[in-house]
Amino acid sequence: MQSAIIVFPGSNREQDVVDALHRAAGKKPLKVWHRDSALPKCDLIVIPGGFSYGDYLRCGAMAANSPIMREVKAAASRGTPVLGICNGFQIITEAGLLPGALLTNKTLQFHCKSVTLRVENSQTVYTARYQTGQVIRVPVAHHDGNYFADDETLNRLEGEGRVAFRYCAPDGSLDEAHNANGSARAIAGIFNETKTVLGLMPHPEDATHPLQGSLDGVPFFAGLVEALA
Amino acid sequence: MSERPSSPERPVGPALAAEFGLSAEEYARAVKIMGRTPNLTELGIFSVMWSEHCSYKSSKNWLRKLPTTGPHVICGPGENAGVVDIGDGMAAIFKMESHNHPSFIEPYQGAATGVGGILRDVFTMGARPIANLNALRFGSPDHPKTRHLVAGVVAGIGGYGNCVGVPTVGGECNFHPSYNGNILVNAMTVGIAKKDKIFYSAASGPGNPVIYVGAKTGRDGIHGATMASAEFSEDAEAKRPTVQVGDPFTEKLLIEACLELMAGDTIVAIQDMGAAGLTSSSVEMAGKGGLGIALDLDQVPMREQGMTPYEIMLSESQERMLMVLQPGSEEKARAVFEKWELDFAKIGTITETGRLVLTMHGAVAADMPIEPLVTQAPLYERPVAKTPPWPALAAAAIEARDPFAALKTLIACPDLASKRWIWEQYDHLVMGRTVQRPGGDAAVVALPESQKALALTSDCTPRYCAADPERGGAQAVAESWRNITAVGGTPLAITDNMNFGNPERAEIMGQFAGCIAGMRAACLALDYPVVSGNVSLYNETNGTGILPTPVIGGVGILADASKSVGLALNSAGDTLLLIGETKGHLGCSLYLREVLGREDGAPPPVDLAAERRNGDFVRSEIAAGRVAACHDISDGGLLVAVAEMAMAGGLGAALALPAGIAPHGFLFGEDQARYVLATAAPDAVLAAAKAAGVPMLTLGRVGGDQLTLAGGNAISVKELLRLNEAWLPAYMAG
Repeated sequence: MQSAIIVFPGSNREQDVVDALHRAAGKKPLKVWHRDSALPKCDLIVIPGGFSYGDYLRCGAMAANSPIMREVKAAASRGTPVLGICNGFQIITEAGLLPGALLTNKTLQFHCKSVTLRVENSQTVYTARYQTGQVIRVPVAHHDGNYFADDETLNRLEGEGRVAFRYCAPDGSLDEAHNANGSARAIAGIFNETKTVLGLMPHPEDATHPLQGSLDGVPFFAGLVEALA
Repeated sequence: MSERPSSPERPVGPALAAEFGLSAEEYARAVKIMGRTPNLTELGIFSVMWSEHCSYKSSKNWLRKLPTTGPHVICGPGENAGVVDIGDGMAAIFKMESHNHPSFIEPYQGAATGVGGILRDVFTMGARPIANLNALRFGSPDHPKTRHLVAGVVAGIGGYGNCVGVPTVGGECNFHPSYNGNILVNAMTVGIAKKDKIFYSAASGPGNPVIYVGAKTGRDGIHGATMASAEFSEDAEAKRPTVQVGDPFTEKLLIEACLELMAGDTIVAIQDMGAAGLTSSSVEMAGKGGLGIALDLDQVPMREQGMTPYEIMLSESQERMLMVLQPGSEEKARAVFEKWELDFAKIGTITETGRLVLTMHGAVAADMPIEPLVTQAPLYERPVAKTPPWPALAAAAIEARDPFAALKTLIACPDLASKRWIWEQYDHLVMGRTVQRPGGDAAVVALPESQKALALTSDCTPRYCAADPERGGAQAVAESWRNITAVGGTPLAITDNMNFGNPERAEIMGQFAGCIAGMRAACLALDYPVVSGNVSLYNETNGTGILPTPVIGGVGILADASKSVGLALNSAGDTLLLIGETKGHLGCSLYLREVLGREDGAPPPVDLAAERRNGDFVRSEIAAGRVAACHDISDGGLLVAVAEMAMAGGLGAALALPAGIAPHGFLFGEDQARYVLATAAPDAVLAAAKAAGVPMLTLGRVGGDQLTLAGGNAISVKELLRLNEAWLPAYMAG
């Protein structure tokens, strides 16, 4: 499997996802600089975490309009899987690949910690190695991860099985305390209609090595490699 | 682009020099060096180069006493940061630096630019920054400004560090009324580089181009170094314009661009523009090379119109670097910086004249000799009054309270309460190599493409330093060494951040000299040299100084990252062992201060031989795989240490009390050189301790969901956690 990681000025978790994919696929992903106007041939496009263009405007808003994103959108429309993590989720949402928006955390603070997520749909290339309802432990690190969409959109996302992960208690139940950023219906990640585009705030790539304290991100990347090989 | 300034320059004389922080004698010396009256720009350059901040004029004679060499040391103090050998052809490069004065005036930007500045000191030398730490001291929680300062400083550190993508993995945070008017914000960066790819600041090669890269120069931060070299009075807020504004996005680009350029061989010398901006960077680069430098200020990228030579030279605008390149390599270098969309300008040349010559608008704006500017900087032997030691206290003379009632008070007091509210606002996981996260004895960060890891910590116990500076200085170094040891690391070297009051007062210099003497003894005894550092004096408001606070930033190495241990009790049935001798020393303890409301007594003695013996033993037991959890005993004593281990793992323990020692002395004494270990192999550890001559005591057993003391006292771990976690969020919400 060949994957391409899009690097914007201000991206800062590209190496984390390069390492995770390298470990899972046994092959180094390609890094694509944002000014490149053409994408290499690849099976997966990843937009990594960070602060693209400093996020001095709305998070992800500048990157969403950069030349390479036209190529990413075109590839997505052809069915190439696109994964946006953290700032990447913000960028592909700003770019219109996913509905809704990421608002400032309800605490108005940056949160970096391990959280528990409930897998909501295991019938996708990203989640095939998980069970629906399974609880996994991965880190979050963001200031603006409070997912918002109107009720109609939220109902549609839920009805179409497009909620990927929700913030939950360790036993899988949902409560306010474990939805630290205040996301609508505790949503941590969503798919597009075809479930080939995934955006999520948490960092499964930082839970793929024994020294990282959790291996719950391993099935995420192993499943992707298996599905896209 | 630049315009001639319209306002006339002020006449230069002793009065203006005094405003710039130069004494009459220093001004006379400047005139003598120049052979004429300096102009405004030249006077400005003298004043910042000779400021306490840049010249170390009060501290240099004392700093020389610190040991700075060792088998691992590649580069000691004097460069942008210290460099130590970590094997496999790699080096760790690190330094700690203060941003105290700016952070008090404008906490968000003050702290943010503190992080930016220390990052630049490290990547200037060719290192990829891999971790940040910070040591924070605030005033009393009751002081009306404290909450605002904590919120701003934490947001500023997070805002900058999170954006540049370097994990903030550790640090410390204390509160004491002595910091009411002078908070301390000390930031540390650790980077790694190939040993044969380290960059230094000494210029060479007359005719080589001098290149300015990074952000544009504005009017921010003018005279920041001078401000940092004076004490505050009531008008501290009026100094807000001397605080710089940070742009972490530009810094991130600057890191990537510099490291990309450094992979080649175009750079002769490189220096960040930190305190005193273009002045200190150009003077230091040329001075270290024994050369001159000519700058055409019209070529400096400027953010504002009509800037004068004086403003350009003294601006402390952030995210700027100065480089000397190999001749003919300019275009190659320019392409890298253009890729990262950063300014790149040739602003001058290295010369053989030994002079700093500045031109602007076709006229000479300054022309001064560099060597005397550096070597004839004033150096003071300030009067020193030794701190009278506080009398020792016997445990018998100190009231004993119910142990668990005292424990509840201690773990909820501002100094010991969980700092989770702070470190969860820092991205401590980016880069994916954080092995031991904040909240333990030392952070552990794994190295890329290696089995190894670095252990990192920052430490100081200011109340000990106030009571007995020499003991306090030794204790700070010893605790740093112990914290590295407690995670399984081998301590390598330290960076120091000396925060003190007004050095013109003999009692302050007495504190300084005492702390240096103690640090020196500990560094020598523990083979733990100082490789970089920073001095922050004049931390006084209206004549009252802070507690003497020599913060020690420690770096150690683990041969195998997977062998590090944390403090969390994680296995019921493990045996708890106490390593080291306990006499029950309560003088200067937190028990005394927080439970009994007394700040007196002599601090605990520091037996460096015992420290070394016990630490070497603990490290070898961790390496042997016999230790499940380890915690050093420091603030609050043994019972607090065990409670912290229980809270971290969510598991309780049953403790025995030995005979022959007062229980409150045993449980809350702050005797040094001690650790608590949890092990599944107590007999093997005991035998090894006996063989090594290390005092050891079986404390009890891990298990259950509460802490119990022989005699029936008990408290649930949940309750401890609730108390420990509640204080800071509740305070900040108040």
